[in-house]
Amino acid sequence: MTSKLDSKIPEGNLEQKWTKYRSTVPLVNPANKRSLEVLIIGSGLAGASAAASLAELGYKVKVFCFQDSARRAHSIAAQGGINAAKNYQNDGDSTYRLFYDTIKGGDYRAREANVYRLAEVSANIIDQCVASGVPFAREYGGLLSNRSFGGTQVQRTFYAAGQTGQQLLLGAYSGLQRQVGMGNVKMYARHEMLEVVTIDGVCRGIIARDLTTGNLERHFGHAVLLCTGGYGNVFYLSTNAMGSNVTAAWKAHKKGAMMANPCFTQIHPTCIPVSGDHQSKLTLMSESLRNDGRIWVPAKKEDAVALRENRIKPNDIKEEDRDYYLERRYPAFGNLVPRDVASRAAKERCDAGFGVNKTGEAVFLDFAFNTIRYGNMEATKKGMHNPTQDQIVEMGRAVVKEKYGNLFDMYQQITGVNPYEQPMMIYPAVHYTMGGLWVDYNLMTNIPGLYALGEANFSEHGANRLGASALMQGLADGYFVIPYTIGAYLNKEIMTKAIPTDHEAFVAAENKVKGTIDQLMGIKGTKSVDYFHKRLGLIMWNKCGMARNSEELTKAISEIQALRKEFWNDVRVPGDANEMNPELEKAVRVADFLELGELMCKDALTRNESCGGHFREEFQTEEGEAMRDDENYKYVAAWEYFEGNTWELHKEDLVYENIKIAQRSYK
Amino acid sequence: MNWVTKMFSSSLGQKFIMALTGLFLCTFLVIHMIGNLQLFKSDFGLAFNTYAVFMTTFPLIKVVSYLLYASVLFHAFKGFMLVAKNRKARPVKYAVQDGAANSHWTSRSMGLLGTIILLFIVVHMKNFWYEYKFGHEIGYTAYIQDIHKDTLVSQAMEPSYTQVKKIEEVNYSNESGQYHVTIVKDLYKEVAVEFKEWWLVALYVLCMFAVAFHLYHGFQSAFQTFGINHSKFNGLINFIGIWFFSVIIPASFAAMPLFFFFK
Amino acid sequence: MEKNLNLSLKVWRQKNAKDKGQFETYKVNDISTDMSFLEMFDVLNERLIVEGKEPIAFDHDCREGICGMCSMFINGRPHGPKQGITTCQLHMRSFNDGDTIVVEPWRASPFPVIKDLVVDRTAFDRIISAGGFISINTGNAQDANALPIPKDDADESFAAASCIGCGACVAACKNASAMLFVSAKVSQFALLPQGQPERKQRVMEMVAQMDSEGFGSCTNTGACSAECPKEISLTHIARMNRDYISAELSSAK
Repeated sequence: MTSKLDSKIPEGNLEQKWTKYRSTVPLVNPANKRSLEVLIIGSGLAGASAAASLAELGYKVKVFCFQDSARRAHSIAAQGGINAAKNYQNDGDSTYRLFYDTIKGGDYRAREANVYRLAEVSANIIDQCVASGVPFAREYGGLLSNRSFGGTQVQRTFYAAGQTGQQLLLGAYSGLQRQVGMGNVKMYARHEMLEVVTIDGVCRGIIARDLTTGNLERHFGHAVLLCTGGYGNVFYLSTNAMGSNVTAAWKAHKKGAMMANPCFTQIHPTCIPVSGDHQSKLTLMSESLRNDGRIWVPAKKEDAVALRENRIKPNDIKEEDRDYYLERRYPAFGNLVPRDVASRAAKERCDAGFGVNKTGEAVFLDFAFNTIRYGNMEATKKGMHNPTQDQIVEMGRAVVKEKYGNLFDMYQQITGVNPYEQPMMIYPAVHYTMGGLWVDYNLMTNIPGLYALGEANFSEHGANRLGASALMQGLADGYFVIPYTIGAYLNKEIMTKAIPTDHEAFVAAENKVKGTIDQLMGIKGTKSVDYFHKRLGLIMWNKCGMARNSEELTKAISEIQALRKEFWNDVRVPGDANEMNPELEKAVRVADFLELGELMCKDALTRNESCGGHFREEFQTEEGEAMRDDENYKYVAAWEYFEGNTWELHKEDLVYENIKIAQRSYK
Repeated sequence: MNWVTKMFSSSLGQKFIMALTGLFLCTFLVIHMIGNLQLFKSDFGLAFNTYAVFMTTFPLIKVVSYLLYASVLFHAFKGFMLVAKNRKARPVKYAVQDGAANSHWTSRSMGLLGTIILLFIVVHMKNFWYEYKFGHEIGYTAYIQDIHKDTLVSQAMEPSYTQVKKIEEVNYSNESGQYHVTIVKDLYKEVAVEFKEWWLVALYVLCMFAVAFHLYHGFQSAFQTFGINHSKFNGLINFIGIWFFSVIIPASFAAMPLFFFFK
Repeated sequence: MEKNLNLSLKVWRQKNAKDKGQFETYKVNDISTDMSFLEMFDVLNERLIVEGKEPIAFDHDCREGICGMCSMFINGRPHGPKQGITTCQLHMRSFNDGDTIVVEPWRASPFPVIKDLVVDRTAFDRIISAGGFISINTGNAQDANALPIPKDDADESFAAASCIGCGACVAACKNASAMLFVSAKVSQFALLPQGQPERKQRVMEMVAQMDSEGFGSCTNTGACSAECPKEISLTHIARMNRDYISAELSSAK
């Protein structure tokens, strides 16, 4: 372990670490809390829950988000659910099992202590959310309903139709707005953080741009929490919102915060395939669909070709001519294998020429089988002895509609195809980034006073995140971790008076931001920001996407460097810096993506193994499964930035004391 | 601010007043319509005229009628205020607004329909109420009922005839039989005369359309404002609102001028 | 099947809040029917940038119909001609070749235009701050299953809670009333046992804030619900009406 990386994991038994630490972490007394200012960047699950909780404790909080309201943060789009080790279903779940599933799902690249803590507080999250009025799905008896998700064999996912993220975010948002109303939180919507201010190596504030007026603002804080989500938009096309970006994290990175495992990207297996060059984003079809949908491609290549040329319809292909490849390859987990496995299997089939849409990059997700099954169950319930096939289908469709109606409508809206009649077409798409700012057990980066929560940090999901765990982590960090761990730092800050923002460090930081903006405005080139973003996306998707190899990654690095150069010479940012200017906002973000992309490729190139979402073609078994190298790569790769886009790798070894590392198998 | 004024000055409170006065006016319409059905009786207006006297003299009815005038004025006044406030809420109008795509035109035209109805009420009150109470145009008519033969004749009194009470009744008998004579202010005749004017008939009929459309939305809307919106009862409310208040009642009212015009 | 359209766009352009603003007409060609409405704007903006003109500013983020940020008034209707979707979910297959499409920002005095099609909807946040929450501090909760809630109530509460706060209800309403938005939040909590302690206070505070923001009043036209991308029902407005009157009549304050 490099000295720069002290994970500060408490001593003691895994089960006792958090309980003990929580009880011994220094506290800040209420009177002192009132004079301690915390800046929170981002208002998603992590940011909103942290803001509400810290304000309740008495800290002075400011929240910044680039959207027009805190409620728009992209956590809102999470569909499927949130995991919690409640064992309400009596199916053998426990804190340990959730911990184990998460570590295994993450392909043994996450910290034991962090993940155990996450599993421990998961139950409290559900309690908290229900108490704050989140209308989770319920059974007729009035108790909470659960469903299963990929990579697990228990039902521990709580949900609210296909809009769980929305309900959880609105819950946290209402807590946040309550504090805004009470004057404990000051909200800065339509503001984007563009620089971290450090004084003597300690984080002391930020520079933010008011996106309505273009004004640059200086804000002092005793601590700064980056809750800014993931950087999946480096691929241009992803399931992230258009505005999701790496900028805040990247500015922190360039100020010295280390970026950990940046190449660990989650490619979600069930997204609506790309329809054309105009595509601006990809839409996810919830993983919960894999509960009832069976994934297949034609077994015969000629059928696939016929489908692509629109000569036959999917339903024309006979049952025996279909290849349910997940059920074939992974009989134990079938269609519910973890996301990375499902995505790669889809890519493998499509690369082999079995893709089913015009681009050859799609597989079927078919509900016909379960529609019939549900139809028969309904017939039994209703005491119908000889139902016709049409009646069965009709009743079955009603059940499917009840469960997934909104997703089916969304699919039809986007594709113009009725998924009740024809199987859906899906293809993997970038969805989540496990990598992020390196943080210790307290969620603090290596810059004192600068924290990263939620998807913005690297900590709990290893090399692959399980479904329904992102919401869990965001809320765990904000509701139940940071309110305790921030005390460990702030108790030493009680003597620090608010630093006036005319301090030279603030002036310098603001000038730097201004310089960058002026430079971007001044290029007056010929190409739009999107032009460069799309090109970067293609490089990343083709060379640092679902499958990577050293040759392509090396090429990608030089291509990105060249593209970056071109960007800084030829981008055109219209309008003015002193007004609302969406193109300028994009330009600032894409400039950062153009640097991040290079680091991701570098990280992928350095990690000579396949694990989780990181699949290096050179490292696979004969059956095409990922080949991990625990001997040499059982570490967190934390990258330190140096001027001129050079990086130094620091390694934090991962120690497994409570879990026996094994080859991940879902067969 | 007192809680009552606070409640009724809120947007919801004001709506509540609109609904309350509106429904009260609806009940008035029912009474008015049933009473006026007597115009269709073939009694030269005896029943109607007697009813008119009752309605303008019975103390309880008088009290209610003042409440009614207040309601009309308040409903109209609040309505205008709300329209003004609502316009202020959208100072810049849309260049294109396709209201038909999302709502029934009646619901978007309550202010206009209400204004038409208000103007109508003014004309209507002038023509009949004012004339009846304060005017000098309306004369008296004597109704002579032969009690045994059960026949009725009417005889207009001299224009100069006047009496203290609006109605005087006497029984008398002579050699030809026993009679019951009623001398009453003849509003019926006024009605019959007025409704020979084609333009007035047209105006009345048109205004009844305004009433129909106003109530088509208004009746159901009042229940929504009171918070009564339930799948079990909406059908009944809609049925009453549409069939009774926006078809039967306005149609009955419209039939009256037409009846006299074509009589 | 996919085809290409040639369209004429009449778009509201307004430099900033103080500018008067006017319509500009743009011709766009070869628009694929598979494109979303916002992707069509991307195409147009790309062209404007290359031509050295200012692209059209519009709010958007998730582009999957849930964040509530997109907000275009298209041919006289919020979120365009289709029901139950947001602007970002509207696809060009809903239009015909040669169509003229008029695009305006939300119009309401509490939603001032910031630039072009971008409006300020922070009034909604202030309404939530006034009472759209359950006052429970983190860590105070009992076990989630200690409080059974009838499924129908939970489902109805969820239906109300699915509001995305886009403001289409205000935009559609001829009175620019925010009743559907406010009632959705009031209803969500009114239907849950957790929401009962603050039920009266909540509805009074939220209505007071709604009024002070300058929204119009409700005339029950139903346009809000008809245009709501989440198809939130008018029954929530009825519930709020009920709750409001009974709260005013029965609360101590």
